Amino acid sequence: MTQAGSALSVSMTGCHTCNQVVRIGKNSHHQGLRCPRCGTKLHPRIHNSLLLTWMLVCLAFVLYIPANVLPMTRVVALGQAQEDTIMSGVIYFIQHGSWYIGLVIFIASVFVPMLKLAMLMFLLISVQRKSQWRPRERTRIYRITELVGRWSMLDIYVVTILIALVSLGVFADIDVGPAAIFFAGVVVLTIFAAKSFDPRLIWDNIETEQSSLPPEEQGAKYIDR
Amino acid sequence: MLQRQPALQHHGSALCGRCGAVLFKSIPDGVDRVIALALAGLVLFAVANVFPFLAFEAGSQTTQTTLFTGVRELYAQGIWVLAGLVFFTCILAPLVQLILMMYIFVPIKIGKVAQFTKPAYRLLRHMQDWNMIDVFMMGILVALVKLTKMATIIPGVAMWSFVVLIFVVTGASASIDGRVIWDRLEKTK
Repeated sequence: MTQAGSALSVSMTGCHTCNQVVRIGKNSHHQGLRCPRCGTKLHPRIHNSLLLTWMLVCLAFVLYIPANVLPMTRVVALGQAQEDTIMSGVIYFIQHGSWYIGLVIFIASVFVPMLKLAMLMFLLISVQRKSQWRPRERTRIYRITELVGRWSMLDIYVVTILIALVSLGVFADIDVGPAAIFFAGVVVLTIFAAKSFDPRLIWDNIETEQSSLPPEEQGAKYIDR
Repeated sequence: MLQRQPALQHHGSALCGRCGAVLFKSIPDGVDRVIALALAGLVLFAVANVFPFLAFEAGSQTTQTTLFTGVRELYAQGIWVLAGLVFFTCILAPLVQLILMMYIFVPIKIGKVAQFTKPAYRLLRHMQDWNMIDVFMMGILVALVKLTKMATIIPGVAMWSFVVLIFVVTGASASIDGRVIWDRLEKTK
């Protein structure tokens, strides 16, 4: 390998599942092609990646509002009903001494979804503006969005466990509020949004501007552990 | 980016020359490890689902829950979307993952290839994305802190096996080297 280049520029593509390198036709639309080794659908680039990701991100933003405004749980104890949103739950924990639990919920439920949406938007805009800025770091940002999204499910699980434990007793009753469904929607949508974004688009912009990396940085490296 | 596959030493990893992502790793005894861990995982999974997960003591009253109780309660409250999501991410996904690992790698161990290895491997990759038992565990911890003032909570056998299950499933997933499958497929062709 003397010149770093994309597989697509020489009419090839890699399989997402088994990493097989497949030769593809030069002018076809690459629709419905399957990997000859493992049978996975091949996407030389994810079709309409930017549009699809934008749609999912915007939809997640819309759902994020009711997820935070509407009550997550409704506790009925001794004839008194109390409704809690995500933030009021966090504040409750901070005021009652277990601030670290409040912090965990805040990070998982409020901070992580926002961070993930912000990072995806940043990536989308940078690709659309054909940015040349730090492709390696941007690819790393993409990998972070893939990793952290699932942790937002935390509050859903907390509510599940609470109702499992409390609804069996007689002294209190917990109902799941409407925010839970919206919140789950945000989590699932952002997971799909991260999947529909194609990180290779970051590098396509770099390549059209000629390879800027020094020759010794090209080609796969290996490390020993 | 298209790049040449480097020869790996034992326990080496190949990284993408451009973005630094891990492309593949050399895992000696990977097949043995996957089978052993998946088998252990299936046993732990059974224990985690059959035995009481948490016992809840308030005053003279004691209630016991299993892993499935929360899902059933969500369903009973009419929120079947959430019930389905929790069931899928915490019960179904890890179970399917373990079964698929056995289905793919036991035949490979004895020198054969299962008939549906290819779709099974693809499904396995999807299940890995949706398995969220580690997040669920964190949820348990938060719920425990929330309830300690109201009542005494006693973790059951199922909870301990669930904790071990998290590590076992993660370890099994990390020991999978897809290249073993494709090499075997080529040989048996």
